[in-house]
Amino acid sequence: MTVLLALAIGVLYAAGTYLLLRRSAVRVVFGLALLGHAANLLVFTAGRLVREGPPIVPPGALAPPTPSADPLPQALVLTAIVIGFGVQAFALVLLRRACQEAGTDDVDAMREERP
Amino acid sequence: MRSVILSAAARLLFPLLLLFSVFLLFRGHNDPGGGFVGGLVAATAYALLSLTGGVSSARRVLPARPEVLVGTGLLLALGSGLPSLAAGRPFMTGLWAGFALPVVGKPGTPVLFDTGVYVTVLGIVLLILFTLQEEDEA
Amino acid sequence: MNVLLVLPLLVPLATAVAGILLLRVPRAARAASALGAAGLLAASIALLSATLDGTILVTQAGAWPAPFGITLVADRFAAAMVVVGAVLLAAVVASSVRGLDAARERAGFHPLVHALAMGVSGAFLTGDLFNLYVWFEVMLMSSFVLVSLGGEREQLTGGLRYVVLNLVSSALFLAGAGLLYGTVGTLNMADAAVALRAMPAQGTTSVVAALFLLAFGIKAAAFPLFFWLPASYHTPPMPIAALFAGLLTKVGVYALVRTGTLVFDRDRAFTDPLLLAVAALTMVTGVLGAMAQTDVRKVLSFHIVSQIGYMLMGLGLGTRLALAGTVFYVLHHIVVKGNLFLVAGVIRRVGGSFSLDRLGGLLTRSPLLAAAFLVPALSLAGLPPLSGFWAKYLLVRAGLEAGHGAIVGVALAVSLLTLFSMTKIWAEAFWKPAPEGSDPAPLGAGERLSLLGPVLALGAVTVAIGLGAGVLFRFADAAAAQLLEPGLYVRAVLGARGGGG
Repeated sequence: MTVLLALAIGVLYAAGTYLLLRRSAVRVVFGLALLGHAANLLVFTAGRLVREGPPIVPPGALAPPTPSADPLPQALVLTAIVIGFGVQAFALVLLRRACQEAGTDDVDAMREERP
Repeated sequence: MRSVILSAAARLLFPLLLLFSVFLLFRGHNDPGGGFVGGLVAATAYALLSLTGGVSSARRVLPARPEVLVGTGLLLALGSGLPSLAAGRPFMTGLWAGFALPVVGKPGTPVLFDTGVYVTVLGIVLLILFTLQEEDEA
Repeated sequence: MNVLLVLPLLVPLATAVAGILLLRVPRAARAASALGAAGLLAASIALLSATLDGTILVTQAGAWPAPFGITLVADRFAAAMVVVGAVLLAAVVASSVRGLDAARERAGFHPLVHALAMGVSGAFLTGDLFNLYVWFEVMLMSSFVLVSLGGEREQLTGGLRYVVLNLVSSALFLAGAGLLYGTVGTLNMADAAVALRAMPAQGTTSVVAALFLLAFGIKAAAFPLFFWLPASYHTPPMPIAALFAGLLTKVGVYALVRTGTLVFDRDRAFTDPLLLAVAALTMVTGVLGAMAQTDVRKVLSFHIVSQIGYMLMGLGLGTRLALAGTVFYVLHHIVVKGNLFLVAGVIRRVGGSFSLDRLGGLLTRSPLLAAAFLVPALSLAGLPPLSGFWAKYLLVRAGLEAGHGAIVGVALAVSLLTLFSMTKIWAEAFWKPAPEGSDPAPLGAGERLSLLGPVLALGAVTVAIGLGAGVLFRFADAAAAQLLEPGLYVRAVLGARGGGG
C-alpha cells in the first residue's frame, strides 16, 4: 500500500511539475492543484499507513481500546485540503480575470514588457 | 436555467437542508459533523435557491449580507476564546457548563466556536457564489 | 503572561472583523483600522518589554500541553519582529488615508491588511511548524487579495506570478513538514529539535532541511527563485506595496533563522555553505536587476532581493556576531524598505509618475520630500551614521572574523552599487530640472499629514537606530545569543522534559 501511494505521489509530483512548466497559465494553475494533492498524500503516507481502530477513547477510559491509527496526519491533511481548496479557488478566479484582461492565457505574452 | 421540477424541489429542500445543517453543527463535537460541514450544507440550501430563482431570491431569505455573516462568524469564534482568558486559563481553553440542555447538549465555548465556523463558512461560500453568479447575470 | 502572547493575534483579528462589519461605513472602518493598528503596536511593545530580560514567554493554546497542542512562543527576536511589523502597519494605515483610492478602501483594504498583520504576527510567534504553515497561508491569502485589489491588468498578471510561486513554496513546505513528521513524529519545533538531536544523523533530515530551505527561500525571495517579487511588488498601490516590501519576505527570513538555529542546527555543515552561496548570488542579481530599471518601484523591488542576501549572509556565517547582524539587519530593513515604498507613493503624487524619465525637479518642488527620501535611501546603501551602516558593519566584521573574505567583498561591492542606484533616483527625480509638460501638483494640508507624516516618522526611526546603534546592537546580540542556545527555547516550551536538550 505504501509503495502504491509512493508511486501515486511520484506521478502527481511529476505531472504537477510538468504542468507548472507549461506556457499556458491554465495548466500552470492545474499543476499547482496537483502539487498540492501530492503534498497532501505525502503527509498522509509519511504518518504511517496502518489498519487500526479509530483513535476514539470511550467514556471512562483513558486510552483507546484497540491499537489505533495516528489521527494527527489526517487532521493536518484535512486542514491542508481546506486551505488548498480556498487558495486554489482564488487562483482560478484570479486566472480568469487575468486572462480576460490580458486577452490570452500565454504566460509569456501576459508580461507587459520585457524587463 | 429554468426548471419547474428543480424550483419546486428547491422550495421543499431549502428548510430540510437548513435543519440538517444545524443538526450537523450540534452533532459535530463527538461525531462526524461540525461547523464546517454544517456551514457548507447551509450554503447549498441557499445555492439551490439562487440557482433556481436568481441571486435576489436567495438574498431575500438570507438574514444578512454574506460579508456581514463572515464578520459575525469570526466575531463568534473570537468571542469563544475570550472566556477562558477571563478565567485565567490559556486562550481558547474549552469551558463547559455543568448542565446539559435537551436536544442541543452541553453548552460550552467550543460549541460557540463551531457556530462561528458555521456562520463564517456560510458567509464565505455565499460571498464567492453570489459574486460569480451576479457577474454572469449582469 | 499568556495574554501578552495572544494579544498580537487577537487585536488584528478583532480589527479585521470590525473592518468587515463596517465595510459599508468607510469612515468608521478607517477609524477602527487606525485604532487596531495603534492597539497592535501597544500590545507588541508590551510583549517586547516582557522578553527584554531574556524571558521566553510560552502559552499553550487551549491548554493542550506542549508537543500535542499549539504552542505560542516569544523570545527576543520574535517579539522584536512583531513590534517592527506593528510600526510598519501603523505607518501604512496612516498613509492609506490619502494614498489609497476610495474604491480599494471600500473593497476591503482595512480588514485585509489587519488579516495580513495577524498572519505575520502568528508566523513570528508560533512554536509549531504546521501552525507556521497555517499562518503563512493566512498571510498569503490576504496578500493575494491585496495584490490584485482593484483588478488592473498589471496587477492581475503580476499577481498571478506571485500566487503561483508562493503556492509552490507552500506545497514544498507542507511536504517538508510531512516528511519531518514521518521522521520524528512531531511538528512542535522544540520537540522536533530534541528528537532530532537524539537520532543518529541520517539523510532524511538533510532532505527535510533542504526542503524547508527551498520553501522559505522562495518566500524570502532568495536566488534563484526571486523573480515573482519584481514581477508583482510594483503593481499594487504604494501603501500595500510598502507593507509587502517591508514584511512578507522578512517572514521567510525569520522562518529560515528560526528553523536553522532551532530545528536543523545539526545540518548546518551542509546548509551553511549553501546559504552563503545563495546569499552572494541574491545580493548580486538583485542589485544588477535594480541598476537596469528606470521605474522607481522596480528599482526598489529589486533592492529588496539584494538586501535579502545580506540577511542570509549572517545566517550562513552562523556566528553570534553574524546572527546579531542578521537580527539588526532585518529589524532595520523592515522600517527602511517600507518607508522607501511609501516615499515612492509620494513621489508619484507630487511628480506625477514613477518613471525616472518623466520625473524631475522634486528638490525645489518639495524639499521635505527630498529629505524624506534621502534618509531611508542612504540608510539602505549603508552610509554612516544611518541604521543600514551599522547593520552592514556588523555583517562585514562577522564575515572577516569568520574568515569569509569573498562574501565580505561581494557585500561591500553590492553596497556600493546600491548607493549608485539610490543616487540615480536622486539625480533623476530630485536634481534634474522638471521635464517639459509635467504639471506640478503641490500637496494639500491633509495630504501632507497623511502622506509625509508616516514617511517622516519612519525616517526618524531610521535616524534614531543609527544614532543609538549601541542600544539596538546590544539587543540584537542578546537575541542572537538566545538563538544560539536552543536549549533555552526547548526548556521554556517543554518544561523539565526537554531539560537535556
